Amino acid sequence: MAVVMTNVAATKRKKRSQWGLAFRRYRRNKLAVFGLIWVALFLLIGVIGPYIAPYNYQTANFLAANSPPSLAHIFGTDNLGHDMFSEIIWSVQNALEIAFGATLVSFLIGIVLGMWAGLRGGLADLIIMRLVDSMFAIPTYFLDLILVVSFGRGMGPILLAIGITGWASYARLIRSQVLSMRNSDMVEAARSLGASQTQIAWRYVLPNVMNSMVVALAFGIPGDLTVMAGLSVVGMGLRPPLPSFGNMLAQSGVNVLGYPWLMYFPAIVFAITLLSFLFVADGLQEALNPKG
Amino acid sequence: MTQELLRVTDLKTEFQRGDEKVYTVNGVSFSLREGETLGIVGESGSGKSVTVHSMLGLLQGAGKVSSGQAIFQNRVDLLQLRRKQLEDIRGRDIGVIFQDPMTSLNPTMRIGNQIMEGMLTHQYASRKKAFERTLDLLHEVGIPEPKARFRNFPFEFSGGMRQRVMIAMAIACEPQLLIADEPTTALDVTVQMQILALMQKLKQDRKMSVLMITHDFGVATNFCDRILVMYGGKVMEAASLDTFIRRPLHPYTIALKSSIIEVGDRHKKLQAIPGMAKVWNAPPHHCPFYERCTFATQQCLKEVPELTQVDDQEDHWLACHHVEEVLKSVG
Repeated sequence: MAVVMTNVAATKRKKRSQWGLAFRRYRRNKLAVFGLIWVALFLLIGVIGPYIAPYNYQTANFLAANSPPSLAHIFGTDNLGHDMFSEIIWSVQNALEIAFGATLVSFLIGIVLGMWAGLRGGLADLIIMRLVDSMFAIPTYFLDLILVVSFGRGMGPILLAIGITGWASYARLIRSQVLSMRNSDMVEAARSLGASQTQIAWRYVLPNVMNSMVVALAFGIPGDLTVMAGLSVVGMGLRPPLPSFGNMLAQSGVNVLGYPWLMYFPAIVFAITLLSFLFVADGLQEALNPKG
Repeated sequence: MTQELLRVTDLKTEFQRGDEKVYTVNGVSFSLREGETLGIVGESGSGKSVTVHSMLGLLQGAGKVSSGQAIFQNRVDLLQLRRKQLEDIRGRDIGVIFQDPMTSLNPTMRIGNQIMEGMLTHQYASRKKAFERTLDLLHEVGIPEPKARFRNFPFEFSGGMRQRVMIAMAIACEPQLLIADEPTTALDVTVQMQILALMQKLKQDRKMSVLMITHDFGVATNFCDRILVMYGGKVMEAASLDTFIRRPLHPYTIALKSSIIEVGDRHKKLQAIPGMAKVWNAPPHHCPFYERCTFATQQCLKEVPELTQVDDQEDHWLACHHVEEVLKSVG
């Protein structure tokens, strides 16, 4: 058995890329693999959810309000008679759109400003970093609330609100990476062979900071999911009847003793999801930036 | 007499470090003819690398060239060029090889693409031509199976192989001048010799001029036609290889040569040069080597020795007040 295994490894060695090696390291972390499976399932449901959900999120069966889990409603129903299983499936889609959208917005702002600050240095660096400092000084949550209050509670405004308040940490991380990269032998060699500033930024610096960026992104997504749920708790999340995990949890609290399934199911799904994203992020961290 | 390719005159470079200035290069002058190989030797901190970086506009942040000229091909002063013009020259007319091949290649780019990159940037060849040329170059620098290796990443290469790739990158656009900044320092001895032999061959095939920075006398004497000894950001001695080996006259050169260990020197008393290379917070107003020199006198403290020709026949230049005394002691 062992002999066969080593043979396989030897014949495959030639084709192994950096990503292949990273994947091997990733696979060793069982929690990360579990997280990845859950996240993949989550993504799948986000895409096909509306087609497989047994009920529409707006269908309310008043006669079956607050019914416990049963065959017709496997996760039970809420006080308006919405099927909780369908609500959860629909929430996945909303959660994904906001989490990925907001993270992408933060990330794009962060990467542009961070690279600019790091590569240009001088005054541009100073101004951008003071901007970052002031973003850290203002409590993000309240800034989010203010933005949502002034722009409305739709999908777009919430996405943007979370996005434009979260870029500072990305910018700071990218800047620090760029700074350490800027004076590296590799960049010096590229410069000495005639590469221009833009070439160095896009072909040398960016690909080499990408590993850390992927990890930061993976940590950012569960963060943004939490912020989004947090907005719902104070009634500033997605406007019902659009379902969201935050709304479900916020409303279930009132009747937790009478109808506990209203809290259990969304809370469990949401918690596992957050954990899975964190496991994935952690696994990526280990796989992409191995230390010893 | 062949044509002059590069003439550097009175190059001075200083660094701003906190509140104080560090004077790293204090008036270096030399010239390089076409097809000639010039070695710059000296210990760490003597300003060898900074000299070259100043010429190429590669000084980062705190470094600044404060005066001097570097006339290339009798037509442009490298120190006066704007960034864009200099980028056109770097990599096209002047190729550079660095010390550490392990960190000088981009780990995220296939090595073939890295070699092609320079040719495409300088519009030296079309994509198709550049690809074919890259295969030829890989073959020429001694990498077997160029086609298969083209698609490899740097981490799949050993140090010596990476240095070969670096050389291929540096000569891709057929530069007239190759600058090698300690190209063999990071390699082990057997590989060092292979790389030197390769560079020798490439140099002869193309009639390239080479500017070789090294602190290894063995490398310098094996590879160079002329040698420049630097200390304290100044040229101490410049001599043809033959003179350098047979009759070096500067106390610093002599001291350097006697602090080399050779195989079998187990019982020889090592003669280390006392003290350390100094950090210059002001331009030297006396002989830079004064503190560590055995021949030093009051005169050395008062005047900075000028670089002067030793006698009319030889291409041998020296910056020392005490040529006679040194001559006497050498015998």
